[in-house]
Amino acid sequence: MDHLDQLENISVHIFREAYANFKNLCMLWSIGKDSTVLLWLARKAFLGHVPFPLVHVDTRYKIPEMIEYRDRLAAEWNLNMLYGTNEEAIAAKQTFPDGNVDRISCCKNLKTTALKNTLSGQGKRYRFNHEKGKYEVDKNTEPFTGVIVGVRSDEEGSRSKERYFSPRDRSNEWDVGNQPPEFWSQYKTDFAPGTHLRIHPLLDWTELNIWEYIKRENIPTVSLYYDQGEGKRYRSLGCYPCTFPIESNSRNVDEIIEELQSGKLKNIAERSGRAQDKEDGGLETLRRNGYM
Amino acid sequence: MSENKQEQMNIVFAGHVDHGKSTVVGRLLADTHSLPEGKLEAIKQNCHRNSKPFEYAFLIDALKDEQSQGITIDAARVFFKTEKRNYVIIDAPGHIEFLKNMVTGASRAEAAILVIDAEEGVKENSKRHGYMISMLRIRQLLVVVNKMDLVAYKQEIFDKITTEYSSFLKEIKLTPEGFIPLSGMKGDSVANLGHNMPWYQGPSLLQALDQFSLEADRSNKAFRMPVQDIYKFTKFGDSRRVIVGTIESGRVKLGDKILFYPSGKKTRVKTIESFNSQRKTEVSAGHACGLTMEDQIYITRGEMAVLENEKQPAVSSSIKVNLFWLSRTPMTKGREYHLKSGTAKIACRIDKIIRVIDASTLNPLNDKDQIDRHDVAECVLKLKKPLAFDLAEEIAQTSRFVIVDEYEIAGGGIIREEIKDAQSDIRNKVFLRNFKWEKSFISPHTRARRYNQKSTLILITGLKDIGKKEVAKKLEEDLFHEGKFVYFLGIGNLLYGLDADIKDKGAKEKNRPEHIRRLAEVAHILMDAGVILIVTAVELAQDDLEIIKTVVDPAFTEVIWLGEEVTTDISFDYQYAGLEEKDILVEKIKESLIEKGVIFHPW
Repeated sequence: MDHLDQLENISVHIFREAYANFKNLCMLWSIGKDSTVLLWLARKAFLGHVPFPLVHVDTRYKIPEMIEYRDRLAAEWNLNMLYGTNEEAIAAKQTFPDGNVDRISCCKNLKTTALKNTLSGQGKRYRFNHEKGKYEVDKNTEPFTGVIVGVRSDEEGSRSKERYFSPRDRSNEWDVGNQPPEFWSQYKTDFAPGTHLRIHPLLDWTELNIWEYIKRENIPTVSLYYDQGEGKRYRSLGCYPCTFPIESNSRNVDEIIEELQSGKLKNIAERSGRAQDKEDGGLETLRRNGYM
Repeated sequence: MSENKQEQMNIVFAGHVDHGKSTVVGRLLADTHSLPEGKLEAIKQNCHRNSKPFEYAFLIDALKDEQSQGITIDAARVFFKTEKRNYVIIDAPGHIEFLKNMVTGASRAEAAILVIDAEEGVKENSKRHGYMISMLRIRQLLVVVNKMDLVAYKQEIFDKITTEYSSFLKEIKLTPEGFIPLSGMKGDSVANLGHNMPWYQGPSLLQALDQFSLEADRSNKAFRMPVQDIYKFTKFGDSRRVIVGTIESGRVKLGDKILFYPSGKKTRVKTIESFNSQRKTEVSAGHACGLTMEDQIYITRGEMAVLENEKQPAVSSSIKVNLFWLSRTPMTKGREYHLKSGTAKIACRIDKIIRVIDASTLNPLNDKDQIDRHDVAECVLKLKKPLAFDLAEEIAQTSRFVIVDEYEIAGGGIIREEIKDAQSDIRNKVFLRNFKWEKSFISPHTRARRYNQKSTLILITGLKDIGKKEVAKKLEEDLFHEGKFVYFLGIGNLLYGLDADIKDKGAKEKNRPEHIRRLAEVAHILMDAGVILIVTAVELAQDDLEIIKTVVDPAFTEVIWLGEEVTTDISFDYQYAGLEEKDILVEKIKESLIEKGVIFHPW
């Protein structure tokens, strides 16, 4: 069994533990490479099926190709696809592109708040109707108690301290200093009413592992990750006002793997194209408050 | 060369607080050029801005909380590679408050580095962590004596610590791979030996890491697969019934005879299922696999799959264990906990505390009636249902458990000994019966479809003369006229026939378990024939029910207590207190049978 096999098997095991223990389970799908690998691993775990809803937080500032790709795979793979949006903040123009708030507050409004409300059921959820081929307001408003998320521990310092099964309190907050013990493949699967758990099957994967797996399994990805001839490509995907491509000539999966192995990107953080990380407190502050 | 073809190893750094684990790790990363360019400078600048001295530990303690308090709160994971292999370095916190995080980090490791401060010497968490490393069964331990620069690189000091800690390790039966004198701050013996300790010939920490060996292949042990779930995604148009689980040890191939414990059910492997990969004919340890079976046997999450021709696991509801406690709330007698082992989760209590010891001194804490936070104890646990397991010496993976207190994992441990419980003998008879059972061509599933019912044992119990038999016979008659395949059996019907050899007035209590066992065996046969069996018996107790549930499938057993007054400790599914008209009572029972899916609405 090689290292990718090991990673795959641990992830599948975690998926199955989550599915066996949570009635109201969902998985966040950001359309990026990590959560798409996550989705693929779910199909591995459930032998071709995805027996829980996929949740996408649509900030309305996502690069259009991402939304097209989302809906195409939702239809092809028969996914139970949901999305939520902070419609109030957008209507009130409380966004960074509108010039009314800074980047961090914009993330809080369009991502963290939208996510919290979509998970709790307080915000409107739109569900993909496969027969009609379009989204409709979902009648089910039950809160999700288990949320599967594709964070990796090598992405950034605060993510390296995560558990596979990580509790969030009533207000979605993460108590980093007081996390439950987790050993011998025994996870925290019991939770008090009103609290929920984040489940992280990709914790042990690195950026390189993700691309190697995409190659091995032939997983479809959005073209934004590849150089289209302008010497630039996205390394991490987000909202277009705050996400910038890196200088790179990699045109396909093989070239990205080669680029990562060559060490060319060694000195550049993976999320360097994500402007919100650079503000004070950055990702850790966002994550404590419920950001992924 | 592709990274995934390379070896990978998890290593934990442990030791007392402030002995410099994070510094050693930070230095290791810096000296092997494993850091992103600019990271070192950025942190140095940051320290300068806040006018505090730079420390290599800041590289690791990336979280803000940790930088301000100067200690590691959680076990961070750091990726690092040498020519030989890729490492995941787990930097475990040394502060006693965070022992649970140390355990979390260390349990994933194949080797441990224990850091001791040359100036401070061996402290309580040097020992406690050593003890936990032995308890977690991490095979390889290397001891690093750090901060040699603060003791002028004196060999005597290194030797003294080596002697003291070696004798401690000997007591807990751990043999270290070696001791290294080192300075994380100055860099001696980290990546290179340096010139300050000419008396030390090596290896450096870096060399010593590469000398660790990978875990031995678990595929050569007996096959063990805790059942995680049974998938049938009919909603998606998939008719496969797949038993899924991760193989802890051994291997399994198509056609193998497989057994499930604690139920003792037997079948053969039909297919190995997967998504987007080639059809496999064999799978081994480490695989999260999916198997279909030749028979539609009924099993649930929590059972353990093993092979018929290999060593069988132990099955009992009474176990002797070594455990460590992590929760602020002590573990006490009388309180109910849940034990999780493999995929089983079973309610349990402390039956007996044999001894409690202080892991930092190895001293026994005499006459303790509870297990406090950070104590280590040897005790007997009584489980509410039997568990299938192995002993720690045989298969480590299936001997491990955690204890859940309400919503939290509060402790963990390993099973040292199987203690026979009241059902052990009966259970062994049942296992043998199942192995030898000659199956007919007609499966239970086919019978259930033909009779339009789920074969079930309905036990009606309560005080003498409360009307059990009348209700039972009326229920039988009703179901019979509705076309069900149903049979009434009073326990007394067995007494003068099947039980004639043990029907001895003087030995009534002594023979009770055997009477009950025989009743249950009769029930088992009738249920195999597809019958809904209605049994009446006076004042059945929990012990009786345990025997019955050992012999017949507990998933197909319904217990009804008749009457207001409950006089035994039996746990029943339904109680009908008001003794109304028999007809109404029978209707109510039928309603609950419909609810449980035993019989179906005719419309």
